[in-house]
Amino acid sequence: MDLGNALVVFLNFVFVPGLAYGAQLALGALGVTLVFGVLRFSNFAHGDTMAFGTMVTIFATWWLQGMGVSFGPLPTALIALPFGIAVTAAVVLATDRGVYRFYRRVRAAPVIFLIVSAGVMFVMNALVRFFIGVEDIAFADGGRFVVSAREWRELTGMQEGLAIRTTQALTLGVAIVAVALLFWFLNRTRTGKSMRAYADNEDLALLSGINPERVVAVTWIITAALATTAGVLYGLDKSFKAFTYFQLLLPIFAAAVVGGLGNPLGAIAGGFVIAFSEVAVTYAWRRVAAYALPEGWAPEGLMQLLSTDYKFAVSFAILIVVLLFKPTGLFKGKST
Amino acid sequence: MTANPRALLLFAAVAALFVATGFMTSWNVTLTIVNMGLISAIMALGVNMQWGYAGLFNIGVMGFVALGGLACVLVALPPVREAWAAGGLRVVLGLALGAATVIAAILAWARLPAGRMRALAVAAILIVGFFVFRAVFDPGVAAVEAVNPAGTGYLGGLGLPILLAWPAGGLVAAGAAYLIGKTALGLRSDYLAIATLGISEIVIAILKNEDWLARGVKNVTNIPRPVPYEINLLQDTGFVGWAMRNGWEPATAASVVVKLCYAGLFLAVLAILILLMERALNSPWGRMMRAIRDNEVAAEAMGKDVTARHLQIFVLGSAVIGIAGAMMTTLDGQLTPGTYQPLRFTFLVWVMVIVGGSGNNWGAVLGGFLIWWLWVMVEPIGLWAMNLIASGLDDGFLRTRLIDAAAHMRLLVMGLVLLFVLRFSPRGLIPER
Repeated sequence: MDLGNALVVFLNFVFVPGLAYGAQLALGALGVTLVFGVLRFSNFAHGDTMAFGTMVTIFATWWLQGMGVSFGPLPTALIALPFGIAVTAAVVLATDRGVYRFYRRVRAAPVIFLIVSAGVMFVMNALVRFFIGVEDIAFADGGRFVVSAREWRELTGMQEGLAIRTTQALTLGVAIVAVALLFWFLNRTRTGKSMRAYADNEDLALLSGINPERVVAVTWIITAALATTAGVLYGLDKSFKAFTYFQLLLPIFAAAVVGGLGNPLGAIAGGFVIAFSEVAVTYAWRRVAAYALPEGWAPEGLMQLLSTDYKFAVSFAILIVVLLFKPTGLFKGKST
Repeated sequence: MTANPRALLLFAAVAALFVATGFMTSWNVTLTIVNMGLISAIMALGVNMQWGYAGLFNIGVMGFVALGGLACVLVALPPVREAWAAGGLRVVLGLALGAATVIAAILAWARLPAGRMRALAVAAILIVGFFVFRAVFDPGVAAVEAVNPAGTGYLGGLGLPILLAWPAGGLVAAGAAYLIGKTALGLRSDYLAIATLGISEIVIAILKNEDWLARGVKNVTNIPRPVPYEINLLQDTGFVGWAMRNGWEPATAASVVVKLCYAGLFLAVLAILILLMERALNSPWGRMMRAIRDNEVAAEAMGKDVTARHLQIFVLGSAVIGIAGAMMTTLDGQLTPGTYQPLRFTFLVWVMVIVGGSGNNWGAVLGGFLIWWLWVMVEPIGLWAMNLIASGLDDGFLRTRLIDAAAHMRLLVMGLVLLFVLRFSPRGLIPER
């Protein structure tokens, strides 16, 4: 029995990856939940907005790298991120002008917005494929590890190593900053308060003289920023591929629904719930068990509940359970 | 239909498109497009039932199509006796135990008094059941998959005629739709959309990974046909003589005849479905469905059970999609789980319904043909256009980029078509009424 090593294996393969993945999902779910709260529809184009923002950031990164700029141990993409956000925000605002505004004017049903956002998704997906192609792109540079497994072993003399990749630490750091900024904005600034008022009760907000077009525009800009950040962090952590972002849609929606659609705090909690369940259910626990259990009790099987091919099934199952028992989500969101 | 000259004109126009394609390329190619057009039309009919009649947004069409395809394998392929002997009963027993666990958990939830004890009991049933299921199921799967993995490695089907797989595909899809509808209907419309998106991804994941069921990504390739094989026609002296007398090349004639046989079968299914649907739509039931769609609150106040009717139409529409999925796999002669893409099988069908005219069966059929033709043709047309644009450029980055981009033209065109139709002509080509 060796609980220390069991803990290190657990941290290394479950906790740290789950934390980074959870932060990425939380940022994505925040974007979905904001659009839902203010514009009152589930934005199916969100995954592809993430892909689009990441693509712009990658181009900016390449340009910076070509100029010889680097960010020391941190990835160059971090410098390129504001540029990606700006371009994505412009594109999203243009989409709102060209597509969504009309349906707001005619007060179309939410389901029409859903279909329209699916159309936007199509076009954005095509644009991403046009510009950057469908290949796998790794654009992380700078230092690979904050702590590598070998360093950890030398430092502690343990059998197992704990590796923390730069991208994982970065994901968490950027996510915390982004969420802090968002909450400061929503709770402390005039614009943020008007956004929340508009989300709470549209008619009352209009009566108090809040300009709806401004609220909508600000929402889209924040959404674009969140989507681009989430997309870039995910791309740095794994790699960029044009269609993986479409597949992120399901866990992101599950996170938003689990937390309660329209509730920012819930979206963050939901992101971590989904991420940790996904990692825990698809991880093979054999090595943790081998350390944690007394000598000779080590299991023969992999102790994996589900193969990683079924990670969608995990978010889906959680989604279904929440829909069945608590349709408003863990934190009170909107159910109807 | 009879009194609608606009619809007749549009159908004539689409028919002219196909005839023109026949003259420009070859009749063989055109028939291939027609056959898939017929299947697309049936898929569009199914989505039209859900969206057009009832306003339900199902973005898991792909999953129901794939379930129909699975039915082909389960019904028509011969059983693999060695695999059944090796572990077939274990697999079946495992699945039965899994189902029993879920049912026991549901019963426990319904029967026990609310409280912490109930939650613990349900959790215990699920956890114990899961491990028992895995203990029984996994060795069975391993045994089945070990039987000649390169050739079979799965349980096979029932060895029944392939045509039976079509209604079976409908039934399988209907079963899945019932489970989804039961949980997600009655909540916000967004939730049904998200739940169907999830189930379709899971269906594809199961098809790709459960080798014992349908060989996973190794594909089942020898699905029997309801029509003669080209090779048999060519060995038939009567057929070859008949083709020669008419001045046709025998190989092409055989290919065309086989495709015509398929087209006849598909047309029969389409005719039956559209007849039934038109009758249903013009009956009191159809009027009730539209009333619910147009104003749920008012319909509920009139005593209609909105959620139950939604469940009914969702299951029926999914069954139609499942039938189309089975027909498609029959036409392909193989089940290839790797080829199911959401853009191709979910959103394309949506574009068909919306362009054709949601709520109108003939519109859905028209949309099915038109959009399928466009889907096939956009790529060559796009490639041609891109070559034209790029012809003035030197061989460089931009030129290769432009030519590569032609491959993605489809997505862009379909997305723009969807957005423009929704914006400027939301009622579609053949409006509801």
